[in-house]
Amino acid sequence: MSTTSTPAQQSFATGKPGLTALRKTPRHGERVVLGAFRIASLVTVLITAAILIALAIPSIGFFSQVPVFDFLFGDRWAPRFADSSFGVLPLVSATAWTTVIALSVAVPFGLGAAIYLSEYAHPRTRRVLKPILEVLAGIPTVVYGYFALIFVQTVVFREWLQLPTEAFSVLSAGVVMGVMIIPTIASISEDAMSAVPQAMRQGSAALGANKMQTTIRVVFPAALSGIIAAVVLGVSRAVGETMIVAIAAGQQARIVGNPLEQGQTMTGFIANAALGDSRVGSLEYDTLYAVGLLLFAITLLMNWISIALVRRFREAY
Amino acid sequence: MAPNNDKKSKKKSGTKKATETTVRIVAADHGPVSEVVIPALECHDVDVYYGTFRAVSEVNMSFGTNEITALIGPSGCGKSTLLRSLNRMNDLVDGARVTGSVTFHGENIYAPEVDAIEVRRRIGMVFQKPNPFPKSIYDNVAYGPRVIGMKPDSMDDLVEEALTQAALWDEVKDKLKQTAFGLSGGQQQRLCIARTIAVKPDVILMDEPCSALDPIATKRIEDLMLELTKDYTIVIVTHNMQQAARVADRTAFFTARPDETTGNRTGVLVEFDRTSDIFTNPKDPRTEDYISGRFG
Amino acid sequence: MTSLSQSKSLRGRVRGGDSGPLSIIFLFVLWFSVFFAFVFLLTLIVTTWIDGAPRLDVRMFTEFPSSAPEDAGARPAILGSLLVISVTALFTLPLGIAAGIHLEEFANRRNWFNRIVELNVQNLAAVPSIVYGLLTLGALSAVGVRDKNIVIAGAMALSLLILPVVIIVTRESLRAVPLEIREGSLALGATPLQTLFRQTLPSAVPGIATGSILALSRALGEAAPLLILGALVFVSFDPNGLLSGYTTLPIQIFNWTGRPQEEFHVLAAATSILLLGLLLAMNSIAITIRNRFQLRW
Repeated sequence: MSTTSTPAQQSFATGKPGLTALRKTPRHGERVVLGAFRIASLVTVLITAAILIALAIPSIGFFSQVPVFDFLFGDRWAPRFADSSFGVLPLVSATAWTTVIALSVAVPFGLGAAIYLSEYAHPRTRRVLKPILEVLAGIPTVVYGYFALIFVQTVVFREWLQLPTEAFSVLSAGVVMGVMIIPTIASISEDAMSAVPQAMRQGSAALGANKMQTTIRVVFPAALSGIIAAVVLGVSRAVGETMIVAIAAGQQARIVGNPLEQGQTMTGFIANAALGDSRVGSLEYDTLYAVGLLLFAITLLMNWISIALVRRFREAY
Repeated sequence: MAPNNDKKSKKKSGTKKATETTVRIVAADHGPVSEVVIPALECHDVDVYYGTFRAVSEVNMSFGTNEITALIGPSGCGKSTLLRSLNRMNDLVDGARVTGSVTFHGENIYAPEVDAIEVRRRIGMVFQKPNPFPKSIYDNVAYGPRVIGMKPDSMDDLVEEALTQAALWDEVKDKLKQTAFGLSGGQQQRLCIARTIAVKPDVILMDEPCSALDPIATKRIEDLMLELTKDYTIVIVTHNMQQAARVADRTAFFTARPDETTGNRTGVLVEFDRTSDIFTNPKDPRTEDYISGRFG
Repeated sequence: MTSLSQSKSLRGRVRGGDSGPLSIIFLFVLWFSVFFAFVFLLTLIVTTWIDGAPRLDVRMFTEFPSSAPEDAGARPAILGSLLVISVTALFTLPLGIAAGIHLEEFANRRNWFNRIVELNVQNLAAVPSIVYGLLTLGALSAVGVRDKNIVIAGAMALSLLILPVVIIVTRESLRAVPLEIREGSLALGATPLQTLFRQTLPSAVPGIATGSILALSRALGEAAPLLILGALVFVSFDPNGLLSGYTTLPIQIFNWTGRPQEEFHVLAAATSILLLGLLLAMNSIAITIRNRFQLRW
């Protein structure tokens, strides 16, 4: 059957013969590239699996020698002593103290900053202030740790305020850690509040409420799930933070009674223990991973909660 | 049966050997009648599904070569969906499925051995909102030929030809290297038309191409469409009945029929005829209601 | 009732309005929050500067750490940081960008497995950095590597740490490119990969570059994973290769901060200033890239 070539065919120098040129051409090069992309994304799953395996294997070794109950509820942590004890409560208490202190700094100031930026600030002010908050987030934690030890603890607490505290304290580490977390809380809370529709604020204003009332009674509750997500994420970051506490909170593992005392957090223990020489496969080595597993479990739980809450507030609007 | 070579006043005599249908067509206000039309595209029992939702139901129609066919109807009745099925752009949507067959010169474009990429090289599309690439005007037009492997003797000539055919050359010939984003809305849309015709397709699909443009730009594009039928087949979706009456040779009217069970609305083809007949003598009462403005 | 008396009766109604005492206190509290953060930051920078300025001299760049603080410098730390970050970039950028491209452009989102992969990336982004150190330590031990205080091990740990961030940043940059651009390209008969490499990716590059530089600057400031790998040793030589011993600026700061002598604290502060300066430079480059090249749609 003769076909006058159409304009479509005339322009192809290769002169594809007729309309059967609609057949699939194997594009091998493309498939290889696409496959490489897919493999790259699967690596992330491998990493998680690797974390779980890396933490689990030594932990199994650990728990074959130390009963889980003694680990979780024992109150003496002395893994390297002759009469060793593996109760993790001292580490947990120090972590708890630093976390609580950090959040009592980060939540009020972070929320305050978030509310100001979201509801009150002029767009130009926002453009200047937001980057400054981001700078706080970008300062390396070692530098924060140095500041906590050399300035906050030594100069502020001991010299200026004459507080009854020694070289290290969970308070100095906690306060500085709190400031480090302010940007995290502020930015997620601000996202949550900005997502509240303008119509709600206008409705409240139309009823005669002033800005403060609208903010506290309308915007804040509407953004609550996002704000809680921010706080939970802040907790996760505080629990997982290492350098500030390793430098400023102390190295003695003891149940911490008051914030002016020193203590060793879970992360502090891992960091300090790794400085020594632990033989692979020894109980000391496995201890690192048991504490690491506990740490991972806590932060993972916090992150799941936070992600679920963020999804809820993103869907709501 | 020998292909009919009757010339219409503005149509080229290039014809394709394909299924012939005898349909009475009248070139509306455009000239003498031809007894036989050779369709470039045809739909046979086409349903389009998004997941389990049937967006378009049982469409049977044909799109005549070197003609303008308009799809009109109220919003939400599947016109754009059907249009996107004609060049397999719906493949990009997760869960989209087409049953029945869409034949391009007799070949079903949804056959398993057919490559959607090849289909789109022959059936081009212009979108509702002009979407030029963030490149220079020249590179926008040259992009298509480059990616599909056309190796013209002179790319410059090809670009100039496409821009001329799209009635844009005079306005941009001195600024080909400038970014396309600097053009006005109407110019950008003509640029999109230019880059579509640069790959020399057979069919050009247009999804409400003028809805984002002002009336003057709209008129220029409508004039352009009439010019383009010399070389191309055009299918246009439009909300604007008057536009269909102005440019289309044949018009198809769609409406949305609510599904009894789910309440979702499925698009159905109500009537398909010469434009003049649709507007002056509609056969279906729904068509009449829409045209007279009783609903829409 | 005249309209005058009506407006008088309205006056007392709204309690305080925006200029009432409670509102002013509230605004002050909010403003103080921002102020506090700002003052804290300022204090940190100023005290670090004051502490460290005495030792911000050429010796910092040329000398090695020493038990005598007057002779000490941060030279191996500077070189080590630069080397480790370069290797980290080499590991993590191709992998992270490729994974991000797959997840954003080609993965079928309705597939349950792909949704797990997405969720997994989000989780990885929030894992404490020290856990990545433990992971690298365990992996290397399993493979039989004895001395883990080598450049490539440190780069591995940092790469794992920032990989999720690079993936997320890539996805966001790709997502910012409007769908119409891809549709326009595909409608002309381009293949998905041609569309990616000729349209989508070029438009997303500024965002990816900015985000990657910021991620790398975060890796630059990290010490915890490297500590686990045994980086806290006395390093008195320049790093010379992937299997060489090394130290980095954060590790050096940690080292000197932990010493009792005041002079070492001065060194720590000076090194902190160096580190902050380096980070400032990197962040400025990132932001410049974004401002100059990022397309606004």
